Amino acid sequence: MKRFRHADAPDLETAIVLLREEGAEAIAGGTDLLTEMKAGIRAPELLVNLKSLEFKGIRDEGDALAIGALTTLSELEAHPLVKERFPMLAQAASLAATPQLRNVGTVGGNLLQRVRCWYYRHPHVKCWLKGGEECYAEEGLNHRHAIFGTSPCIAVHPSDLAPALIALDAEVRVVGPEVDGWLPLEEIYCLPDENHRERTVLGRGDLLTEVRVPYRGNSRGVFLKAMERAAWSFALVSVAARLDFDGNRVREVRIVLGGVAGKPWRVRDAETLLQGQAPTEELVAKAAEAAVAGARPREHNAYKIPLARSLVRRALLELFELRSRRD
Amino acid sequence: MVKVFEKRESTLGAADLAGPDPVSLSLRVNGQTFSFVAEPRRTLLDALRYDLGLTGAKKGCDEGTCGACTVLLNGKPVYSCLLLAVECQGHEIETIEGLAKGGKLHPVQEAFVEHDALQCGFCTPGQILSIKALLDENPEPTEEDIKRAVSGNLCRCGAYPHIVEAARAAAKKLPR
Repeated sequence: MKRFRHADAPDLETAIVLLREEGAEAIAGGTDLLTEMKAGIRAPELLVNLKSLEFKGIRDEGDALAIGALTTLSELEAHPLVKERFPMLAQAASLAATPQLRNVGTVGGNLLQRVRCWYYRHPHVKCWLKGGEECYAEEGLNHRHAIFGTSPCIAVHPSDLAPALIALDAEVRVVGPEVDGWLPLEEIYCLPDENHRERTVLGRGDLLTEVRVPYRGNSRGVFLKAMERAAWSFALVSVAARLDFDGNRVREVRIVLGGVAGKPWRVRDAETLLQGQAPTEELVAKAAEAAVAGARPREHNAYKIPLARSLVRRALLELFELRSRRD
Repeated sequence: MVKVFEKRESTLGAADLAGPDPVSLSLRVNGQTFSFVAEPRRTLLDALRYDLGLTGAKKGCDEGTCGACTVLLNGKPVYSCLLLAVECQGHEIETIEGLAKGGKLHPVQEAFVEHDALQCGFCTPGQILSIKALLDENPEPTEEDIKRAVSGNLCRCGAYPHIVEAARAAAKKLPR
């Protein structure tokens, strides 16, 4: 790890000013950043410690739950209001990483974490995302890579919280010189391109400070995650689904996939199919098919298509309280 | 927000910048205060091992994957290799060296001995601390709770069944 200067941010304004400095980076939990610094793929000259700021803890706001960006994943997972109102969010947090990482890693850091692509993480590979010429995964080892979306980088977004929070229509507050205000979480993510080799629209010095999750009436959600082993694995594919019912019909639905694209991937065609319908197994099967209709597998990751289809199907059956012959 | 960024000069001066050269640090470990000098890039693990001489926390992967460096920070298990020592000041740190009292092993340590819950022993300090933190919070854990508590501690010898047995035995031993 290269040497750096270090400052505890005394307040938000100073943090942002410091982060505008050339070579400055923010550190919160640091569980992702320090691994990148140790690998030599990031070498900030100044680390601005955000843990001294007040964006911590979870608050009931009457019509929504407010989650400070510095809240740890452990706090999120164990919070009574999260468990009661948004069990899918508690589930997503509990399936991320390990107890040690959840005790340190923050909600903000989880939402803004960097990709796990082995070419990106390799200290001696200068891939496209690191300013190089090409994406080595495109023709190389792409087992874990994207089946949706078009971008010169095919690494997938690794967050478990992001799909769950997008399915819950969460908004985030960003404070900073380039982006400032509340915006839907879904809208901070983008696929990197030649003009913007980044996965979010946040600029230098922009800080995500809070997440707001609106309460819904007759709503149910589920988060499912397929992993190579049952603990400490990033999602091969995950699905976050939420249904609001009007009687026995679907009033509103969100289906968001993780691990399949460069950003959390909302499958709107499947959502549209379910809108206003009364649930049946046939409808669920159609929606699951629609969820993967646009998928384009690479040499080593075609397995993700049936995996995603099955997870969507299973999530919907669970939400509709239907039992399938194959389960 | 624009007005904020006009204060650049004065704000930079006001922030407390440390490093990159060594700075004075102070850590609370096992109830004692240790003062030493290290660069801001010093991890908590390296500070414990090299500056404080507490080698119970082990360096395995040094990237938050193996759990051998597990210590307790304010009672919660953390990977000390992924924390900066400079950011651990003012917090209570507990390492394996702090568990035995007056020459007597902690009940979790005793249970590890009695249940043969290790072979090479490299992961053991981390396993014990993860289980200690679990039992402090939940004195009657299920087998599932125990497995979850050590899910971030890899054991290459595969002693997991004995580790779970030791944790269950320790739970019975500990005063309620």
